[in-house]
Amino acid sequence: MGHRILALIIKEFLALFRDKKSRMAVIVPPIFQLLVFGYAATFDLEHAALAILNEDTGGFSRDLAGRFERSSGFEVVGYLRSEAEIAPLIDRGGALLALHIGPQCSSDAARGESCNIQVLIDGRNSNTAMLALNYVRSIVSDFNEERAALNGAKLPARLNMRAWFNPNLESRWFIVPGIIALLAMIVTLVVTALSVAREREAGTFDQLLVTPLRPWEILIGKAMPGLLVGVGEASLIIAVAVFWFKIPLVGQLSVLYPALIIYVLSIIGVGLMISSFSATLQQALLGAFLFIVPAVILSGFSTPIANMPAFMQALTYLDPMRYFLTIVRRVFLEGAGIEYFWHDLWPMSIIAAVTLAMATWLFRHRMY
Amino acid sequence: MKPGRLLRVKGMIRKEWLQVIRDPSSIAIAFFLPMLLLLIFGYGVSLDAKNVRIALVVEQADSQSLSFAGGFYQTPYFAPLALNSIQEAETALRQSKVDGIVWLRHNFGRDYLRKDSPPIGVIVNGVDANTARLIEGYVQGIWFGWLEQQAERAGKKLQSPVQLEQRIWYNPEVRSTDFLVPGVLAVIMTLIGALLTALVIAREWERGTMEALLVTRISVVEILLGKLIPYFILGMGGLALSMAMAHSLFHVPLRGSLWLLLATSALFLWVALGMGFFISTIFKSQFVAALVAMVSTFLPAFILSGFIFDIQSMPPIIQGLTHLIAARYYVSILQTLFLVGDVWSVVLPNAAALVGMGLFFHGMVYRKTRKNLE
Repeated sequence: MGHRILALIIKEFLALFRDKKSRMAVIVPPIFQLLVFGYAATFDLEHAALAILNEDTGGFSRDLAGRFERSSGFEVVGYLRSEAEIAPLIDRGGALLALHIGPQCSSDAARGESCNIQVLIDGRNSNTAMLALNYVRSIVSDFNEERAALNGAKLPARLNMRAWFNPNLESRWFIVPGIIALLAMIVTLVVTALSVAREREAGTFDQLLVTPLRPWEILIGKAMPGLLVGVGEASLIIAVAVFWFKIPLVGQLSVLYPALIIYVLSIIGVGLMISSFSATLQQALLGAFLFIVPAVILSGFSTPIANMPAFMQALTYLDPMRYFLTIVRRVFLEGAGIEYFWHDLWPMSIIAAVTLAMATWLFRHRMY
Repeated sequence: MKPGRLLRVKGMIRKEWLQVIRDPSSIAIAFFLPMLLLLIFGYGVSLDAKNVRIALVVEQADSQSLSFAGGFYQTPYFAPLALNSIQEAETALRQSKVDGIVWLRHNFGRDYLRKDSPPIGVIVNGVDANTARLIEGYVQGIWFGWLEQQAERAGKKLQSPVQLEQRIWYNPEVRSTDFLVPGVLAVIMTLIGALLTALVIAREWERGTMEALLVTRISVVEILLGKLIPYFILGMGGLALSMAMAHSLFHVPLRGSLWLLLATSALFLWVALGMGFFISTIFKSQFVAALVAMVSTFLPAFILSGFIFDIQSMPPIIQGLTHLIAARYYVSILQTLFLVGDVWSVVLPNAAALVGMGLFFHGMVYRKTRKNLE
């Protein structure tokens, strides 16, 4: 029996890797995508295009504008001469925001009154707009505090803000561990979702069913390439995250790996289910996308689950990626031990068990 | 036009159309997929943090501390959880029961009255850096509002050297839905285009029917036209459905003109279908074409198109790479047409880039298909 399964496993690997094109399609894109996405997927605002319209000639406004010119978040793309230039510039995306200092600014400040400044922000990307606004606010409030301190005034109370686990709030630290979960899913699904459908279309799956192999033996044979490729690629990606992107790995690999293996098994279950459901490759491809896209969106990879309406949040509990995403981020950044994510581990194990069992059953009981 | 071309293309379309109808998956791709994805994206993707769970530790219930803490109960942004000690709060943060802590020490009220400028401790969980930053922004807002209120109560105006007035154009309420839903359309159209066509040419090669077609009098252009037209009609149907849903369900305003939206969308669909044909022609095997479609369509359109991650914030090399992603141009056009209006200086260059990509894909498909005749 042992060598029967072994023979099947070897055959599955050959089916996947004998062809150079399919070998390349499975191995190369994830590594390339990790490098590209690791840099691309950022919510940090850097060098945001800023236009300055300073109608005032005094030192006070020059000092204020200088704060914006020197900050790393903004890059001054132009100095405007009139208010009419602002709208066309922002409309065509030439600047993300415009700072408008009125002609009275320095004289108002000299008289001890407030200098009113205006900031106009392109809201097409609402998140960038909010980040830019927060950035402007903090520059202005630092400036205010310093000015007030010069006159010996103090604010009645001050905020003392700190961030745990990611002190500089780099969004890359959040996104790159997420990419581990994302690419592990895609690779595993790519390997498994097409494997049965391909044989169904070619007619060889019926031949496999009439061999002495039992359904669970077929399951092992079909699951092994997914498990090895999924865990292998994930390990490579983890190494790149740690050594290339320098994401701090605070926790233990020994707690991350059991979670990774269960995660990959649950994706294999989903992939084989899709595959045995489909009669053609076209259907399997559609099935794969019908799973991948919702799974990525509902996992909290790019936008937090907490922001979703209640019924969507309930749906996320069906998504294996949701659990592993939480685990991988917490192990990386918080150094969480198994006692902190046990409640994420067991639902994922149930999903794995149910989908693998369903897939095995579907081998013999296909729909049409 | 060559004699009989219309007839041959018509015959090809009919054949392709029958194949579409007989395999329900194409219909599902064109109509079911966009509906499902729009619902999931529309409701699931939001960057507006509301009801953030925050631990409030007020060590001394004096009037200053209570009035400051009260601000957290009056905003939709926070769902505060009152805890008795900072140790409890830190444990809650570590267990992910709260996303942040606001801590007023026992001497806060006393130092406030002494004008000692007491600190308000704020700790956020920085794992999700973006949300953490938004939370910090909200806390600053509450803090500033409270300072103004306290000054008013004392009969003064909070005098700061610079007063900031802010305006966010095109999306004054900063609803992330308004910016995300137009981008979602681009991701959906990329998927539909590629899924519909990624396998159709490979299938003909694999089954040997392509050779059969090539020996007939039908030319390569006619074959490709016959394949393009049915899927284009299907795709436009899916597109119209998605746009109607985006408008009626998510109330995204359309400030540009409808005809321009439809014209640019048709252009993008042509490019997306071309990409599918391209994959199909290059790989000639359904299995490999499906592998390539899975790894090369969704994620690049999702991450590199500017749909959610701002292209301007990416490093220059990556910004250069995004120019290879057709969805990037369409996202730009969509966000501008929906939220700003017909800004030709945005629409024209992006549309020109789409035309270029479309010509490349369809041209390559034509060349590669002809080569195999020899």
